Amino acid sequence: MSSRPRLDSRAKSHLSYFAYACHRFSGLLLACFIPLHFLMLSQSLRGAQGFGQSLALTDMWVFKFGEWVLVILLAVHLTGGLRLLMIEFGSWHGLRKGWIQLSILFAIACGLLFLYFAN
Amino acid sequence: MGQAMNPAVLQAKLWYAQRISAMVLGICVAIHLGIIFYAIRGGLTAQEILGRTQGNLAFAIFYELFVIACFVHAPIGIANILQETFPSSGIAKPIASVLGLLILILGSAAVFGVYSAGSL
Repeated sequence: MSSRPRLDSRAKSHLSYFAYACHRFSGLLLACFIPLHFLMLSQSLRGAQGFGQSLALTDMWVFKFGEWVLVILLAVHLTGGLRLLMIEFGSWHGLRKGWIQLSILFAIACGLLFLYFAN
Repeated sequence: MGQAMNPAVLQAKLWYAQRISAMVLGICVAIHLGIIFYAIRGGLTAQEILGRTQGNLAFAIFYELFVIACFVHAPIGIANILQETFPSSGIAKPIASVLGLLILILGSAAVFGVYSAGSL
């Protein structure tokens, strides 16, 4: 059914496949989240009190956990996307595996920073 | 005019639009991450958010640019995933179009909301 080429385990064990999978997964989840994020922020049209009532929802632990995951996904998608732009628009230096490692470290750093700053 | 675009030309244009929007988003997301870390210290409150954004035109222009770049970037990505995963279903275009409309309308409402705080 899928039009993607069939990849064997050797291709899938390549670090670039891991980067591709992370970029897809994070992009897909972010695209699902963004309309909900905007819906929440658009409640500010109801004034500070109405906005405050909607924001109170985000005090639930499940939303806090979701926000934490989304910040990590955003960091992964940002650095993964920069790597793709470097590959496609920069001078050719192979698959820029250093950027994949940087993406992982940056995502971990953002996740920890979020935990440090959030209550 | 009026003729359907050659699929290869359309694909090339969509690819380029997604890359150009990605360049804008790269800057916007980096700034947004910084704002997130600044804003979450001590918890988020409506007063705190609106205190930063109400009547702040620079904030509103930055975030509207962010919304427009998302409006271009995300539906193309979703359409690509759906087209690859379900090639003969024809769902890629309608779902991507709905996502694009949701992002543009809700995103602009959010920007206008935090700029005006519901008082315009």
